[in-house]
Amino acid sequence: MSLSLTPDELRFRDEVRAFIAAHLSPESRRASFLNVSFFSDPDIVAPWQKALHERGWVAPGWPHEHGGPGWSAAQRWIFESECARAGAPQLSPMGIKMVGPVLMRFGTTEQKKFYLPRILSGEDRWCQGYSEPGSGSDLASLKTRAVRRGERYVVNGTKIWTTHAHFANRMFALVRTSDEPRQQDGISFLLIDMKSPGITIRPIMMISGDHDVNQVFFDDVEVPLANLVGEEGRGWTYGKYLLEFERGGGVNSPKLKYALEKVRLLANSDLSCHAISRPEIATKLSEIELDLQTLEFAELKVLSALQRGDNPGPVSSILKLRASEVHQAITRVGVEIVGQNALVEETRRPLHALDDEPLIPEDVLSAVPRHLNGRANTIFGGSSEIQRDIIARQVLGL
Amino acid sequence: MDLAPTEAQQMLRHSIERFVAEHYDSAARRRAMQAPEGFKRDNWRRFAELGWLGLPFAEQVGGFGGGPPEVAILMEELGRGLATEPYLSTVLLGGALIAECGSEEQQGTLLPAIMNGERLLSFAHYETDARAGLSAVRTMVRSEDQGWTLHGRKIAVLDATSADVHLVSARLPDQQGRDLALFLVPKDAAGVRLREAPRLGGGRVAELIFEQVRLPANARLGTSADVLPAIEAVVDRAIAALGAEAAGMMRAMFDATLAYTKVRNQFGRPLAANQVIRHRLADMYIQCEEAQAMAARAALLIGNEANATERSLVASGAKVKIGRAARYVAEQAVQLHGAMGVTDELDLGFYFKRLLVFEALFGSVDFHLQRHAALFGNSCPE
Ligand SMILES: Cc1cc2nc3c(=O)[nH]c(=O)nc-3n(C[C@H](O)[C@H](O)[C@H](O)COP(=O)(O)OP(=O)(O)OC[C@H]3O[C@@H](n4cnc5c(N)ncnc54)[C@H](O)[C@@H]3O)c2cc1C
Repeated sequence: MSLSLTPDELRFRDEVRAFIAAHLSPESRRASFLNVSFFSDPDIVAPWQKALHERGWVAPGWPHEHGGPGWSAAQRWIFESECARAGAPQLSPMGIKMVGPVLMRFGTTEQKKFYLPRILSGEDRWCQGYSEPGSGSDLASLKTRAVRRGERYVVNGTKIWTTHAHFANRMFALVRTSDEPRQQDGISFLLIDMKSPGITIRPIMMISGDHDVNQVFFDDVEVPLANLVGEEGRGWTYGKYLLEFERGGGVNSPKLKYALEKVRLLANSDLSCHAISRPEIATKLSEIELDLQTLEFAELKVLSALQRGDNPGPVSSILKLRASEVHQAITRVGVEIVGQNALVEETRRPLHALDDEPLIPEDVLSAVPRHLNGRANTIFGGSSEIQRDIIARQVLGL
Repeated sequence: MDLAPTEAQQMLRHSIERFVAEHYDSAARRRAMQAPEGFKRDNWRRFAELGWLGLPFAEQVGGFGGGPPEVAILMEELGRGLATEPYLSTVLLGGALIAECGSEEQQGTLLPAIMNGERLLSFAHYETDARAGLSAVRTMVRSEDQGWTLHGRKIAVLDATSADVHLVSARLPDQQGRDLALFLVPKDAAGVRLREAPRLGGGRVAELIFEQVRLPANARLGTSADVLPAIEAVVDRAIAALGAEAAGMMRAMFDATLAYTKVRNQFGRPLAANQVIRHRLADMYIQCEEAQAMAARAALLIGNEANATERSLVASGAKVKIGRAARYVAEQAVQLHGAMGVTDELDLGFYFKRLLVFEALFGSVDFHLQRHAALFGNSCPE
């Protein structure tokens, strides 16, 4: 057992560092430093994605045959860590980490050929249409219906909490194509063009003032049969495959380390009157650091198992849960660090482009909206209550 | 001993409850937030008519003669309704300091104007992190030409936007230690610059910059050259009142969450049918009860405590207990609402933010825990 990198891995790390140094502009860095939402807005991401695309590095987890770099688990880790450390904008996971892997596994040759390159280039922007007003944790109860009519499905219903639907040109959606005794068996996985007639989008504002999520309405929306992924009625299986990617497939500790770095910087600066000199702030930061080290080690164990071709086992189910809690601990101490400056509410976005001098500096302003948005971490992608249920059932066999 | 509210206190609570039910629905709240001053002047006039602006002032100066328990009742109910009127700034801080330190003449002119709703105040004191304590003042004042010249900068000033007069703390030269005084600075005095922004969850907050501001001789509040003890006493009482307000906000969040988990169905049954949710609700309820108990206790003791140490122990203790409870209740209320909880579509978010403000005002929970520990440790019986 060893944590040190091999000479090859070290060379790779230097290569990644050199690439970042050459292609990540100070403006992008500043913009992503001040980003308070989960993903950066597309205009912040675009130049960075373009550079990555030219190098073939957009999708660290994709194999060669689909245009990925074909990296080992260790290389992926190194890449994600270096990007996070440098403060690179986060690419939307919806194409790269969610629908992409599903298409690779279950899509037709035509679907792969059409969609995968467009994800890499950034030409397509995806959103995830799973949740509905009546179906959140109980996703299998979803009601949005797709009825076959000749060569098309006709879709009616509504999706909600759809992140970045307002930026997306495509949605992957779970829809009901039949009523079966077991709800899960009547669900199909559809690819929907967001420009289709009959789609309307209602923005939903977050308590932070950010516009990240939406409600999407479908009114007799026609979707070609060719946009079905896999078999009709098997969408639940594909959707769950994807959720596993969303939960355990990614690594969280690199970006959490960066988030912790940001609050430490703030605590060490005049902007917080050196909050770090307060013992309670210093010890809270240490507690978080220790939680983060533990999480990182657990993530590395999963990667190492994957690298050897083993199944990572039950540990992966606790990663999402712990990562979300560590994230919230970071944003919470961030608010404590800024002290009374938390009294100011700034709802204009993006923070890096405010056109006047705000009452307090942007670095300080970002703490509160980050904390407010951070509350969603234990809610989306399977809430903490649901995660604990999964652990109890699937890991402990209860 | 009798901890039941008096008839007068019950009547006070009912009248505030009624007012809040009539005037603070979600739409009204959102409108108030959009208002440039962060609240509705109409409401303020009604506060005056109902006698609430005179609630804590002595009868001989025309007040209602209420004490911290009455103030706590008012604040708790206003908290439930998430009122954004500048009651804290004008009455509990500004008015209280005038009553505490002002000359007879200053009290005679200012207190009636506060009580009838004509005059609004801000308390401009902090200059740096609240963790530095209340004594960290560097704003200077010089005696000049039978008047004063004020120079300095204040941050985190609540409600300065609507204030007619800012109550500003400043240091007198050459008096080593006992040199803190308070000054009445009209909002339009030359050299006063206001930079303001929306306050988290409603209301306004500002930075005030005083550049060689000339003030008349009678701008000084009273004659004491050592107002720090008075400021500490007033802030301690304000913390107790804010604790009651927070308890009201928590109760509103709890009520909303209890109601929601009964009607929101997932997996074919209400959320509240799940044991983990039931236990969570029970814990939230316990925290609400404890917060209310601590607020009531603080209200009863904060006015009576003979010495400053006892008083500060009460205030800091309330801040710690209520602050922790508030965080738990606020975070769990959001969590149990699922994605709805993090949107602006419910009022929950406003409560969440206002409770963050409660945490941040006048020193964090940790600050007050340390303050309590220092006082508690040193007050060990012989
Ligand atoms: C910022 C954000 C972005 C999102 N983006 C997307 C997106 O892009 N696409 C998409 O499809 N969805 C998205 N979601 C939706 C997300 O997946 C759901 O919010 C989540 O599944 C929870 O559903 P819900 O919000 O309806 O809460 P509910 O299911 O109503 O749950 C409410 C509360 O009850 C608890 N609870 C529910 N059932 C049980 C139970 N059986 N036992 C114990 N506790 C229970 C939950 O843990 C939660 O605390 C997003 C959500 C957020 C907040």
